[in-house]
Amino acid sequence: MKPVRLLFTQLAYENLVFWRNSIAAFFTVALPLVMMVILCLVFGNQHTGDSSNPIYLSTFYVPSMCALAVIGACFTNIAMEVSISRDRGRLKRYRGTPLPTSILVSAKIVHAVMLGFFLVICLVSVGVWLFDAAIDGMRIGMFAVVLVLGSATFCALGLAIAALIPNAEASPAIVQAIALPLLFISDVFLPMNNAPAWLQWIASVFPVRHFALGLQSSFHPILSGSIEAWVNLGVLALWFVVGLLVAIRFFRWEPKR
Amino acid sequence: MSENSYAIEIKDLHKSYGDFEAVRGIDLQVEVGEIFALLGPNGAGKTTTIEILEGFLLPDSGTVRVLGFEPSKHERPYKERIGIVLQQTEVEQFLSVEEAVQLMRSYYTNPLPLDDILATAGLTELRKVRPPKLSGGQQRRLDVALGLAGNPDLLFLDEPTTGFDPHARRDAWDMLKNLRNLGKTVLLTSHYMDEVEHVADRAAVMFNGKIVSLGTPKELARESEPTVSFRANLNINLPPELATKVTQLNSRYELESDDLVKTLHVLTSWSIENDIELEDLSITRRSLDEAFVQMTQDMGKGLED
Repeated sequence: MKPVRLLFTQLAYENLVFWRNSIAAFFTVALPLVMMVILCLVFGNQHTGDSSNPIYLSTFYVPSMCALAVIGACFTNIAMEVSISRDRGRLKRYRGTPLPTSILVSAKIVHAVMLGFFLVICLVSVGVWLFDAAIDGMRIGMFAVVLVLGSATFCALGLAIAALIPNAEASPAIVQAIALPLLFISDVFLPMNNAPAWLQWIASVFPVRHFALGLQSSFHPILSGSIEAWVNLGVLALWFVVGLLVAIRFFRWEPKR
Repeated sequence: MSENSYAIEIKDLHKSYGDFEAVRGIDLQVEVGEIFALLGPNGAGKTTTIEILEGFLLPDSGTVRVLGFEPSKHERPYKERIGIVLQQTEVEQFLSVEEAVQLMRSYYTNPLPLDDILATAGLTELRKVRPPKLSGGQQRRLDVALGLAGNPDLLFLDEPTTGFDPHARRDAWDMLKNLRNLGKTVLLTSHYMDEVEHVADRAAVMFNGKIVSLGTPKELARESEPTVSFRANLNINLPPELATKVTQLNSRYELESDDLVKTLHVLTSWSIENDIELEDLSITRRSLDEAFVQMTQDMGKGLED
């Protein structure tokens, strides 16, 4: 029972500190909501498909902003938090206590994943009520699978990037320099159908696009077929393994001297 | 653990960073219940030594045993019995003093009661305050409170008062004396000699990766020779056996002595015979502070030669 109690205590602490850190909480929680509201207000009434059976763009933006929220909660949040904790000497302090490393890391991951799920529920609720996003064709099972695998992948990548970041000062710049361009070329903010082929090819190497498309297609099955669904899952799984290996290999308890 | 074992036992410890030899063959035993200080200037190897004992660094050669454990193995039973106060750590900015200590307590099987920890660290009044509103000295006391949370048998304190104002240092010393009352073994590093004189049972002076002197603070201070000083207007010369060791400033004379009784005997008989008044005759021993400065200066000269 002791490990379970330790995990819950640590989880409660991660949660408390996250919400008290208002800047981090704002960027992680408010940003996807605000972005979704703006994008839906501007583009939400446009639709694809024939006029008798229109698919409004809000049906595209709700899962897209779910992807943005999960990436923020898992990747950005963990990468920043871990690299800053390490630089401030907080990880080293943990290392000197009996708290097992597995509990320390699991608490961070579980907190990030739960935060991501909470945001997804908020986004879908707001999207359906305010912007008529269609969920009648939604494949809940597939949506959940993509969500869980995507969360795991971006947590692993967050830990991996944290391990590679040289110091806390460089942390926000490095994390945003990786996340923002990828978000823009990965069908999250705008459809990339008209983008040059090479740009689409670059986007399809990285996990962000597959996560976004996976959520979109399970939200509205017409958007893609089952082969694409497996490709999305496969690429995400591959990046999960890469992230995990890099994180384990390069993890540091202390800042570089 | 056998009955006669030490809290800390170090044998022929070596540690290098690249070409730089930080620790060059240290042997040391610290008794259970002792407050022991590693004393030395920056770069002497104090932090390297203490971080090897804490398990953060691996020795290149030599053996280290702490409470019967090998620190580098990071065994949980070992972590249960030690408390670590690192040189540079920031506490979580978004937790109050009380919350931070409670979180730390949750990691241990038999933590100290919260109120005892806060009282020992002198933080009872500040329990609801978050670190950004604490002074430097108060934040450092919070570090110590966190180190104490698990009720450790052995507490490591790496430069607990560096950067403190004199008042905060007095408070910190009182706190260290509280630890003695709790029966803890404490290993601290410091470059303040007065700190060691106030709180430590024994100290080792480190310089250039080696222990150059070991003993109680009084013994360390005694390693410097006592000085006999007086004021007089001399129109005749001092006795020849004293004249070589004398330094004179206006009418004030200082004699360094390696045999105090003999020096005083020669000096006073000479003054009586010649009817010379020795004003303000006194014997002073240099404090550990001055002794330390001289010791390390001598060592430095030895290296340059």
